[in-house]
Amino acid sequence: MEALSLPAALSLVAGGGAGLSPELRAALGASLPLLERDYRFERVWFWGCIQGVRGAYYIAQGLGPDRAAPRSRLYSLNCLDWSLLTPATEEMLALAEEVKGRFQGDPSFEYSLAEINPKAAARLVQSGKEPVMKEEARLIATIEQIDRAVGIVPRGAFVKTPLGSVHENRHFEGLSLVEAKKLSSYFHFTEPTNLKNKTLLEKADLDPSTDFLNSLEHDIPQGKGSWSIQLEKGGSVVVLRSLLWLGLTFYHVPMTKQFGYVYFGTGEKNLDLPFML
Amino acid sequence: EGGHGPYQPHEPGYGLDQPGYSPYEDEIPDAQARMLAIKNAKAYLLKTSTKSGLNLYDHFTTILTKILDEQPANTVDIIETISQDVKWAQFRKKMDTLRDEHLIPPTFEAAEKCKALFIKAAGEEEHEELDEEMGEPALPNVMETAFYFEQAGIGLSKDECYYIFLAFKNLISVQPIQTCRFWGKILGLEMNYIIAEVQLREGEEEEEEREEEEEETVAEEKEMGEGEEEEEQKEKEPEPPKSTYKPPPEIPKEANGTGTNKYVYFVCNEPGKPWVKLPPVTPAQIVCARQIKKFFTGRLDAPIVSFPPFPGNEANYLRAQIARISAGTHVSPTGFYQFPEDEEEEEGGDTYEENPEFEPPPVAEMVESLAMWAHHVKGILKQGRCVWINPTQKSEEDEEEGEEEEEEEEEEHQEETGQPLLTLISEDEGMKNIPAWTAQASTNLIPEYSIAILQSNRWPGAYAFASGRKFENIYFGWGHKYSPESHTPALPPPAEAEFPSEPGITEAADPTVEEELAFKAAQEEALAEAEEEEEEEGEDD
Repeated sequence: MEALSLPAALSLVAGGGAGLSPELRAALGASLPLLERDYRFERVWFWGCIQGVRGAYYIAQGLGPDRAAPRSRLYSLNCLDWSLLTPATEEMLALAEEVKGRFQGDPSFEYSLAEINPKAAARLVQSGKEPVMKEEARLIATIEQIDRAVGIVPRGAFVKTPLGSVHENRHFEGLSLVEAKKLSSYFHFTEPTNLKNKTLLEKADLDPSTDFLNSLEHDIPQGKGSWSIQLEKGGSVVVLRSLLWLGLTFYHVPMTKQFGYVYFGTGEKNLDLPFML
Repeated sequence: EGGHGPYQPHEPGYGLDQPGYSPYEDEIPDAQARMLAIKNAKAYLLKTSTKSGLNLYDHFTTILTKILDEQPANTVDIIETISQDVKWAQFRKKMDTLRDEHLIPPTFEAAEKCKALFIKAAGEEEHEELDEEMGEPALPNVMETAFYFEQAGIGLSKDECYYIFLAFKNLISVQPIQTCRFWGKILGLEMNYIIAEVQLREGEEEEEEREEEEEETVAEEKEMGEGEEEEEQKEKEPEPPKSTYKPPPEIPKEANGTGTNKYVYFVCNEPGKPWVKLPPVTPAQIVCARQIKKFFTGRLDAPIVSFPPFPGNEANYLRAQIARISAGTHVSPTGFYQFPEDEEEEEGGDTYEENPEFEPPPVAEMVESLAMWAHHVKGILKQGRCVWINPTQKSEEDEEEGEEEEEEEEEEHQEETGQPLLTLISEDEGMKNIPAWTAQASTNLIPEYSIAILQSNRWPGAYAFASGRKFENIYFGWGHKYSPESHTPALPPPAEAEFPSEPGITEAADPTVEEELAFKAAQEEALAEAEEEEEEEGEDD
């Protein structure tokens, strides 16, 4: 969610019971603008918080002029001192899938891969590195996975210019109440994968400037999907909660420009989803 | 015109910008013709489109008016979008001769319900007098609890908390409640649940129990009456062999007011909606709830489709999960509660009372050592109850229906014991390398006013805080236990074994004709011998 609209947004997402203490909110209000200044970001988003066993990681994202470019991510243990995270690599993502269980809360903690996945450990040893995975790397990979899987925006909020870069749509006035209840009005904010698979009929209805991302309709499992849509406060806020990554909450106030998503959770994928529906 | 700047006399273009001397002089018409050209251009722009009825002149006028009114930045980049928007606006006004029905969005209905919460009930004054007689106020101070939890970053928005506060007030005025507490909020797919943990006043509970028992006996009598009719009909036809399967005896649920049914729970979907009472929980439901993992939909009558099949609908599943969460995560500072000194200390003691001599330890100690916290709700045994019961004890009804076979098939049930009531949470087992509880102070910057916060790792979403003499437990989450491994559903039981082979059922080849004749001959010989023996005996007499 936008750093500037943090106070209002946090009260809209509070339906799940998770939030920030006044101390952390005040700290964010002071440190996020400093981040914007130091790293010369155009926008700073507060991504959320991953709860470890002994401590929590608070994550912020900075965006440049092209909103769809890979984002810089920073983490902090106290919302005051932020450290930049390196971008995620495929290898990190593959290793992170193997490591299960809670985060420890200490960025230098090392997961011993020898127990978890001996093959990967052997490969690492051969290439001259130690067969461990640092918690920081796991954090990077988890944030990337969550963003790719469930980072969503409403349809029409972002437009693609003919040059290829993506900007906020200044004419976006919010979804209507009817549109807001449909899963097809929301897009994943990552590289689209199945746009080319649509039939020509469907493609004819699309507007290439706004429909350049995957919509949520095709999320597995189909039908009920992996999202829970609720209208809170009698329809004045629509809240989507992801069932695949429990803790990700997206909010949007229909007919206004306010929207955003935040993650408050343990950073673990809910692999039991098919059994739970 | 003269856009090329003043030419010097020696340059070729000198003097050509004066009227009458330009190289195209013969082509540009005079002023009147120029006016005619402008009128033609304007007429062209005013030409109405055959498809849409718009003309370019008006369209441009509207666009320019809009741009000059709104003055957006970087207009040239978004000019196409502006043009589109203007066109869309045109269409809406011209083509709709019917007016849209004035839709009342559900927002307003919900707002009405919330407003209704704020209106005081008519009998308010009488209730206030009654409360003074009772002694302690029954209404929990939800806002105070919310303040403490907010220090840890846990809790709902202030508005929602206040609505819940008012909803509790409504609940108390409607139901005969002795004590009540905000238990927490469980999220669901379509709607959420707000849960109140309540103790009803004593007289009311007995009445409800009697009502329930009457309902059960009436239902049983109906079943027996129907069974007799069926038996009469069946006697006329030969009956198929009855199966020898006897289901394991049903473990009776605990009485209201003890064990897992110590408190009564009321739920509502949103503050403002009516409160619904959840039925008491049975051990079978708890045992089954341990084996399944399902999301709540938000409708209490939704069926639970699972294996093993859950005996009940979503209301029962919700109640079972509430019981498990309460048993696993309701804690208080050690020493706050104590066993009453008058009664003998039994291991199965269920009662506790406040310790008047409790001195709250400092926050730093409460955070460092988990031994400063203790459970004040009894844990649930594997059987599904808090107090173990031997299921093979027979009730009167069972004895009436042929019990000799049952006695032969008695299994030995081992008595289960759980941890006694006020055990310290430091004895809770962790999972792999994750401890069962995480303790933190709410702030490190201002230690004088920080409070101790406990988070449960076994039930993510369960929190507890303690500050001086105040403490509270709460739950915000989806209602499921944390398991480091993925959930593996129960496998179906093995298929029924075939009947044991007995001589009467095993196949044997039919005897051939020769064998039959030989057998018949042998039988006749045996008969003849027997007759001779009898004759001999008869002769002896």
